Amino acid sequence: MESLFGKTLDELRDVTVILGLPSYTAKQIADWLYGKHVFSIDDMTNLSLSARKQLKENYKFGTEACSKVQTSIDGTKKYLFNTSVNKYIETAYIPDSDRHTVCVSTQVGCKMGCLFCMTGKQGFQGNLTAGEILNQLHSIEESSRITNIVYMGMGEPLDNLEPVLKSLEILTSEWGYAMSPRRITVSTIGLLPAMREFLEKSEAHLAVSLHSPFEEERKMLMPVQQVYPLNEVLQEIRSWDFGKQRRVSFEYIMFRGLNDTPEHVKELTKILSGIRCRINLIRFHPIPDTPLDTSSDETISAFKDALNDKGITTTIRASRGEDIYAACGLLSTKKLLKKS
Amino acid sequence: MHVQQHTLTRQSVLYSEKIAEDVFILGFQKNFDFEPGQVVGISVEENGPRRLYSICSGKEEDHIAILYNVVDEGYLTPRLSSLFAGDSIWVTEPRGDFLYDPGPSFWIASGTGIAPFYSMLKSGNFDRKILLHGERHLEKFYFYDEFYDTLGHNYIRCCSGEEDPAVFHGRVTGYLRSLPSLPLHYKYYLCGRAEMVVETRDILIERDIPFNHIISEIYF
Ligand SMILES: Cc1cc2nc3c(=O)[nH]c(=O)nc-3n(C[C@H](O)[C@H](O)[C@H](O)COP(=O)(O)OP(=O)(O)OC[C@H]3O[C@@H](n4cnc5c(N)ncnc54)[C@H](O)[C@@H]3O)c2cc1C
Ligand code: SF4
Repeated sequence: MESLFGKTLDELRDVTVILGLPSYTAKQIADWLYGKHVFSIDDMTNLSLSARKQLKENYKFGTEACSKVQTSIDGTKKYLFNTSVNKYIETAYIPDSDRHTVCVSTQVGCKMGCLFCMTGKQGFQGNLTAGEILNQLHSIEESSRITNIVYMGMGEPLDNLEPVLKSLEILTSEWGYAMSPRRITVSTIGLLPAMREFLEKSEAHLAVSLHSPFEEERKMLMPVQQVYPLNEVLQEIRSWDFGKQRRVSFEYIMFRGLNDTPEHVKELTKILSGIRCRINLIRFHPIPDTPLDTSSDETISAFKDALNDKGITTTIRASRGEDIYAACGLLSTKKLLKKS
Repeated sequence: MHVQQHTLTRQSVLYSEKIAEDVFILGFQKNFDFEPGQVVGISVEENGPRRLYSICSGKEEDHIAILYNVVDEGYLTPRLSSLFAGDSIWVTEPRGDFLYDPGPSFWIASGTGIAPFYSMLKSGNFDRKILLHGERHLEKFYFYDEFYDTLGHNYIRCCSGEEDPAVFHGRVTGYLRSLPSLPLHYKYYLCGRAEMVVETRDILIERDIPFNHIISEIYF
């Protein structure tokens, strides 16, 4: 049975036409789905009983309760959800004083094969629907407290562009969650055509995984560099007006002896010149059998200072939820795949 | 003002040949030069969804070919498979950096991931290469004759779904695991779906191959 949750207002209008319901019902349904925190069609109490009956006969509400929650010593939580492809995904909830961030997944596994990433190691098992993306913030305990959403969980968001754009429309529309796009960041490794479409169709912030300014080195870390090289990604970014309302940031995982040298600072400064941006340095969280190592805290700190000195705002992203494998690059449901 | 999108040009289909169950070769007019290993973006409508395909013909040939398998629920491949000679497609200029390396290398492919290596072979580039090709069915080693003629026993077929005395029974990952050791000074070029690439890369790293000797092209 089709889900109501995850449908846009236009799609809900189609539902009302199919069921012969008054057209204003679409907005009422949207309000119940996204504006109010309910979980069943029966709870949509301003709809007539017969409208609710018709909806129930043809559609399911469409949210999914989490199957498991783990809590880190630092307060980060990792939620496990089942999906329509009957495979699991993980979601991280990261509290930080009055900031409550949810890191959502967009795919089960990932096709991109980045060398440093646990999700990449599990291969690709399927795309999430817009409803499954939104469910990750709707069906967690902290749902009413969320202030920020980052599309940085399992999968490459722009490899599942349509549902991602749909979820963004629902999040930012008045009839949806009415959230400001300035509180949402979508990450990408730089799938150029999809990135261009995302920039045209959404106002959310962009985070690009950079990881090395040198072509040959980036290729070893991220196979995508073979077809969508960083210089083309940066050229596209240059043609957009970033730095005012909308932000672009670059994610940079620090690998000992590989991408943490003064040459890297120099090259980063060169290739990012003219782009109003921020760099987030991320400590590498080693994954099993990896040939990569973590840069020391001193190196990361010196790297940050050197970039700041060159005029590029650079911060170090605090590692959160490492003890429950919720930290950056560690999300994976590979073990559950084997069991199922 | 945006970065110029890779220009699409209209090309005529010269032939479309089904070479195995669900696998097709599509040949079309050539109006650009390319390096073996590069890919083109293809669409069946001028502004329609575009997908990337490795070029599967030699540099000096008078046309371009791609090799693809039909994804049943896919958008483009079912449409490509219904094209005939004379029909139009829209093609981008070639791009990509998964290029020929003259040094000793393993070429490791699954399924249609064989395409860039076939392009290299057809361009006369195959010196000091060992090719592992993984397929589920024997009929899918469609380029056997040509690879065997040039690479001889350095063309190793791995078939996971059917048995044949001349073919390794299992996947390329199984074959690699069965080898007592792997040359450390070789480069390893991997091409195909993510699952094969990621698992193969893990095995190579386990076997102490430096990761800067592993070059991957993923058909995402
Ligand atoms: C650099 C590069 C080179 C490529 N070269 C070739 C080539 O030479 N030959 C070739 O056959 N293909 C190649 N591909 C893949 C090709 O671009 C298309 O993705 C593929 O042909 C499917 O297109 P489609 O429109 O028919 O299916 P789509 O509409 O894109 O997909 C349909 C469904 O299949 C699923 N799906 C698609 N691809 C995968 C996958 N890899 N793993 C799991 N599920 C998947 C999707 O999630 C979707 O649900 C290449 C891809 C890249 C990035
Ligand atoms: S880093 Fe992102 S794009 Fe790369 S493999 Fe992991 S999930 Fe996929």
